[in-house]
Amino acid sequence: MLEIRDLHAAVDGTPILKGISLTVNAGEVHAVMGPNGSGKSTLAQVLAGHPAYEITSGDILYQGENLAEMDAEVRAQQGVFLAFQYPVEIPGVSNAYFLRAAYNAKRKAQGLDEVDPMEFLDFVEAQLTLVDMDPAMLHRSVNAGFSGGEKKRNEILQMAVLTPTLAILDETDSGLDIDALRIVANGVNVLKRPDNAAIVVTHYQRLLNYIVPDFVHVLAGGRIVKSGGKELALELEARGYDWLLEAVA
Amino acid sequence: MSATIDQLVNREYQYGFSTDIESETLPPGLSEDTVRFISAKKQEPEWLLEWRLKAYRRWLTMTEPHWPNLTYEPIDYQASSYYSAPKSVNPLGSLDEVDPKLLETYAKLGISLNEQKRLNGVAVDAVFDSVSVGTTFRAELAKEGIIFCSFGEAVREHGDLVRQYLGSVVPYSDNFFAALNSAVFSDGSFCYIPKGVRCPMELSTYFRINQSTTGQFERTLIVADEGSYVSYLEGCTAPKRDTNQLHAAVVEIIALDSATVKYSTVQNWYSGDEEGVGGIYNFVTKRGKAMANAKISWTQVETGSAITWKYPSVILQGDNSVGEFYSVAVASKMQQADTGTKMIHIGRNTKSNIVSKGISAMKGQNSYRGKVLILPKAEGARNYTQCDSMLVGNACGAHTFPYIEVQNNSAILEHEASTSKIGEDQIFYLKQRGLDAEQAVSMIVSGFCKEVFKELPMEFALEAQQLLGITLEGSVG
Repeated sequence: MLEIRDLHAAVDGTPILKGISLTVNAGEVHAVMGPNGSGKSTLAQVLAGHPAYEITSGDILYQGENLAEMDAEVRAQQGVFLAFQYPVEIPGVSNAYFLRAAYNAKRKAQGLDEVDPMEFLDFVEAQLTLVDMDPAMLHRSVNAGFSGGEKKRNEILQMAVLTPTLAILDETDSGLDIDALRIVANGVNVLKRPDNAAIVVTHYQRLLNYIVPDFVHVLAGGRIVKSGGKELALELEARGYDWLLEAVA
Repeated sequence: MSATIDQLVNREYQYGFSTDIESETLPPGLSEDTVRFISAKKQEPEWLLEWRLKAYRRWLTMTEPHWPNLTYEPIDYQASSYYSAPKSVNPLGSLDEVDPKLLETYAKLGISLNEQKRLNGVAVDAVFDSVSVGTTFRAELAKEGIIFCSFGEAVREHGDLVRQYLGSVVPYSDNFFAALNSAVFSDGSFCYIPKGVRCPMELSTYFRINQSTTGQFERTLIVADEGSYVSYLEGCTAPKRDTNQLHAAVVEIIALDSATVKYSTVQNWYSGDEEGVGGIYNFVTKRGKAMANAKISWTQVETGSAITWKYPSVILQGDNSVGEFYSVAVASKMQQADTGTKMIHIGRNTKSNIVSKGISAMKGQNSYRGKVLILPKAEGARNYTQCDSMLVGNACGAHTFPYIEVQNNSAILEHEASTSKIGEDQIFYLKQRGLDAEQAVSMIVSGFCKEVFKELPMEFALEAQQLLGITLEGSVG
């Protein structure tokens, strides 16, 4: 589904990613871990198409196509979804309206009819239980005045509505208490299917108690320095990152 | 992303066409003779000519105001023509006699003057350069005793009413531009709603400047008698030209006891190009007087003009009267807007509410200028002001000049202000959810303006939303 080959990327001329190669197949969950500043979030942003990040060399193939050539909105319409570390507030725009616009943008790209507000409301209300969200949240402005936990749950709700093929979760666990963490993880697990995949970017192992990855990759200095199974995460939890960094150095 | 932006920035002004029609246009220049010519042309009574002349003589003694936060080359008032009318318009004629070319022009602007084709029940007075070319649904309105016609016709048919109220809210000596307008105003709309009548449809005036060197000086007078209600809409467009054209209008509203007047404007005059060439200079005086328990509500969406100088105001004369001002002002390209309101509290328990949303993009400069004045007798007066600015890009500016003067200690005033910036992150968030740049900007801006849009009549709100989208699309980078 996703094949990253020797990817280099920079922001404002500063190289951040220095040769990432990674293959993600349908049905897999990959965890990307690493210390602060290792390039984890950059990888997530590059995959989603943030304009501030420049791909300097390498390839990203998504479903056999060159992802780097697609605009961010086209990637989204093709099923790439980024759950943001810091979801953005949009005052005055109701959550329901925003969700429907996103849902319809994807349907339109697929050549399907757009759904009307009433139809959509029924559909989206059915998704709310997944993230344990009050229906009143649909009528509040997008993320405006939401608590940290509410924002993250709202991200997972969007994921449930848009049913992505490739979901990238960028430090979705940061700033969450244990209950919120459980709700968010449960949402991700329920949405897992044999034909989709997820990349879970996280600093801590604790999220991986709830979302069990098939593969764990450790990023340091813009490169993957170690890959392994889920047990690698536990090892990192016990030993920290330093032994890996020393080995690389 | 920037390719999309450039492409969108260069989007054409949709209403920039001009109509090739034979007009009778006065040569440029302004003198007492000009004033006399206009008055004679409109077959006006002696009292009105005298009023115009007094205004003209007063204007000669006044100087153009330079306190606004606006920069422009000095205006040569002798270079403008003060009267232009399509030859085919018979000022006394009916709608059936309107030149098809004019009907076509209005159809192109999305304004149908054919009553049968109007589905949405809006009565329109169409003003083309200096004259009204026709007013729809008059017969239907007349059944309720409502008078809705061109200003010129009102002077002829309802002279007493006009004479009683003309200048009663905006005296000819009020300010430089109001004095100029009073001297040379050509046409406009007049509306009278009788006691206790709720006007069954929206009334609207659509202003179109066509001639290249003509200024437009229209005058609107709305009188809502006791306990009546009317919702009034105003729309404006002009062809794209590389010279600046002067527009100096006056709108007066009188809301007698317990009357309610809602006045909504979507101003889309040509704004000039990215280098600041061309565009309308819009110097407008709008003011209403609210008597006891009356309410006047101004809603404006200002997207056009090279320069906007406009402060729709309410004199809260009667006890318990209410004044409202809801505004969205956009300054993009090289546009400059200095706009806001004045709320003058005279009566007891008077209330005013101000919601201003300023959007600045590209090299636009947007200033909010507002005054809340509480006079000594205004016991229990209240004002709430909310003043928000949004910046799009790094080359634009937002400025706020609130003036508050309180002469009664029982008054309660609140003022809130904020400035925000449309960021790349907001746009990226929406794009990551599958929306393109246009949809993203339009969604963010609509959200920002929501409190104002909800005050507009439905079809106007949609138009305003689209208009904002078009004006701002691509200015994000």
